Amino acid sequence: MTQLSYLEQLEAEAIYIIREVAAECENPVMLYSIGKDSSVMLHLALKAFYPEKPPFPFMHIDTTWKFKEMITFRDSIAERYGLDLIVYTNEQGVKDNINPFDHGSAYTDIMKTQALKDSLNKYGFDAAFGGARRDEEKSRAKERVFSFRNSEHAWDPKNQRPELWKLYNTRINKGESIRVFPLSNWTEKDIWNYIKQEDIPIVPLYFAKERSFIERDGNIILIDDERMRLKAGEEIKQASIRFRTLGCYPLTGGCYSTATTLEKIITETLGAVSSERITRVIDNEAAGSMERRKREGYF
Amino acid sequence: MKQPEVWNGARGRGIFKVKSLLKFITCGSVDDGKSTLIGHMLYDAKLIFADQKRALELDSKLGSNEGEIDYSLLLDGLMAEREQGITIDVAYRYFTTSERSFIVADCPGHEQYTRNMAVGASFADVAVILVDASAGIVKQTKRHARICALMGIKHIVLAVNKMDLIDYDRYIFDEIADEFKALCAQLEVTSVQIIPVSATVGDNVTKKSAQTQWYTGLPLLGYLENIEVGTQSINSGFIMPVQRVCRPNPQFRGFQGEVQAGTVAVGDTVKALPSNEEAVITKILVTDKECKCAVQGQPVTICTDKEIDISRGSVLVKDFQLIINNLISAKILWMDNHKLVMGRNYFLKCGTRILPATVIKIKHREDINTGKHINAEVIHKNEIAEVDISVSEKLIFDSFKHNHFMGSFILIDRVSNMTSACGIIEHDIRRGNNIIWHETAVTREFRANQKAQKPLTIWFTGLSGSGKSTIANALELRLTAMHKHTMLLDGDNVRHGLNNNLGFTEKDRVENIRRVAEVARLMNDAGLITITAFISPYSEDRESARKIIGSDNFVEIYIATPLEECEKRDIKGLYKKARNNEIPNFTGISSPYEQPVNPDLSIDTTKLNIEEAVDMIIDYLNFSRN
Repeated sequence: MTQLSYLEQLEAEAIYIIREVAAECENPVMLYSIGKDSSVMLHLALKAFYPEKPPFPFMHIDTTWKFKEMITFRDSIAERYGLDLIVYTNEQGVKDNINPFDHGSAYTDIMKTQALKDSLNKYGFDAAFGGARRDEEKSRAKERVFSFRNSEHAWDPKNQRPELWKLYNTRINKGESIRVFPLSNWTEKDIWNYIKQEDIPIVPLYFAKERSFIERDGNIILIDDERMRLKAGEEIKQASIRFRTLGCYPLTGGCYSTATTLEKIITETLGAVSSERITRVIDNEAAGSMERRKREGYF
Repeated sequence: MKQPEVWNGARGRGIFKVKSLLKFITCGSVDDGKSTLIGHMLYDAKLIFADQKRALELDSKLGSNEGEIDYSLLLDGLMAEREQGITIDVAYRYFTTSERSFIVADCPGHEQYTRNMAVGASFADVAVILVDASAGIVKQTKRHARICALMGIKHIVLAVNKMDLIDYDRYIFDEIADEFKALCAQLEVTSVQIIPVSATVGDNVTKKSAQTQWYTGLPLLGYLENIEVGTQSINSGFIMPVQRVCRPNPQFRGFQGEVQAGTVAVGDTVKALPSNEEAVITKILVTDKECKCAVQGQPVTICTDKEIDISRGSVLVKDFQLIINNLISAKILWMDNHKLVMGRNYFLKCGTRILPATVIKIKHREDINTGKHINAEVIHKNEIAEVDISVSEKLIFDSFKHNHFMGSFILIDRVSNMTSACGIIEHDIRRGNNIIWHETAVTREFRANQKAQKPLTIWFTGLSGSGKSTIANALELRLTAMHKHTMLLDGDNVRHGLNNNLGFTEKDRVENIRRVAEVARLMNDAGLITITAFISPYSEDRESARKIIGSDNFVEIYIATPLEECEKRDIKGLYKKARNNEIPNFTGISSPYEQPVNPDLSIDTTKLNIEEAVDMIIDYLNFSRN
């Protein structure tokens, strides 16, 4: 009897979940955030339906503050695989000049959470795949693979639908939706090992390189374009850095690193002393802030 | 996508050797220290990140534990949990030691969260049940062991915690161990390990404790690293439930799913269930790679040499006996706040198939703490029951004992879509030699439950032209939209048929209403909501209708449009004719109308429009409006 490896088991589980959604939900969408987890999820979707293309569109919520390299990468991937890619931006937020410098957590709420809810309503998606993993954060560790959301997109953590064996319940009433997390049981190390095993393309920002940045509140912030505002006394530095997670550049902290290959990244991840979420500026605001945002409809 | 030429080519290139995966749960009574135990294990094994450790140390200082590290804070992730100091839902944690990779689900202990414990148990190979050494085996210990056994867990570890509080007393430990072994024997769980631990101090968590020299086994982590679980693997035969059919172009038709048992190879003849058609496999894709064969657990796409009838829910099999029947006998755990009622219709999901199903018999409830059988008419949340279920079409399944995947199911509420129950199939019921249909006469309540509604008669009364029929029609439309099952009785469908021998004399009017009331009651018996729209002018007749139908099910609605308004509208020109003495015995003109003294609702159509009137009725009936 051939025993599947740990990664093969995780892959099989994710593919099973992705196929269930495609078979049972009317109008699913895969959220594509361009990061490493999204890259793995996209790769799994391509494998799940091969030789057919994934039978659902992909959607990127573009806050207009993503790293330039992410956008270039996104467009090249969409073209390479012939993806049906929707790029959605909260245009009102852009008009109102909502930005990460002046608006703090309101920025995340308007340009990410609100934009996500608006886009899901606009296209009438009844199921949305997300690349979140349970090892990322404590409230995520408690979330089901199929996470039910009411018509306000809110999560009720105290009353989650039971989820047993592989018998996923995809049934919902009109206006309700489900967030689906096929990577729930993957860890950061699993993601990197799988990227290496499958040779999955990722944004070059994950690899160490000489880059220009400033240090702000202990975070390494890349100067990605001319919109970056420097505070008095901040000086531009140059060093070999890389990113463990990718998001909006003014809110994403990098780390000093010389890991220029996947092997080195994996070794670095193995010996890491901090969890990856520490590089997300917003997550460190207050205990329970992730749960609060999720209840309000954040992924 | 890049396609490696040889399958397995990528394997072994990873930096680590291929480690086995162990999924386990921790459960036990409230305050037995489950979260603390895992927290301590992660902390000792240096498996938490520095920022998490720092946050933990900070949080602990704020807590009530006098600054000592409170390991449970690592796991109780929800705000409500941290505030109340309890575990509500399952938390999943991931860690890898030099020996093995682990996924641990920390399960809640409170009885009200039993269903969340079952969620954790359904995915685990091993259960670690904690018991407080100073309290011994309690109700919850037994309940959790019972649920673990129900969900198919074969290996149980009893961690006798808080040994420090009983001075590591071996005698007390042995007593607890003996009692637990007896319980496991009763539950037919044969792999049982009992370990004395202290989660707060750390005895026998990752290291052997000097305090318990008399304990010769491994500490908890060591035991988990070494236990052989051998998943329910079946080498012979082959089953693949079809998740979807892949048709990218007219030349390609493949069946996608996960191999749930055995192995399959190109050239094998497989049978499709339920059609029983056979075909030879011409191609197998394991994910996106073409392979000669596939094994249990792999996601595959299978092509066959000829077109056979296969769609989602079909099962491909080879040398494997599955059962096809629409009557099953099962054990269920009820998880919905709404109770289980016999006769109610649910969706049953088994494998990749969803079918309407009805619980036709509750054989008995099983006391979750003692296992005793108790007679029961209804089943409430967190209760276990043995039931018979009738499925609308033939179901393809296996007994849970034989195959977990094909032998487990969930029941889904058809209105709320809640996952109401999980169940395991014990066996099928052969129609020829079973007696269930004779025992269970189909009752009024059964029929009503099946329609998920309370049967009622909504009795409209009022003058001719008052708007009874218009509102009754609008009401029926609205109720139908709310998935209610209804029937409207009015002059048109009764006077022309059933009552076509009756005229408009007082005697005939009395008989007319009597018959209508009897028909309404029969329709209520059938489970329907009946709406009647008749002038029904005499109080006495309306009272007798109420008696026939039963006052609990009778709602009298008076359409109180004034005579002048009805006469002004005179849609059918009847009032004009009556005033000209062309119609004898016309209610309101030449025949009396006795106003209801105390109707359930009174509606004046000069003040409300039709939709407002319907809203008012729906509100009164206490059905939620959409």
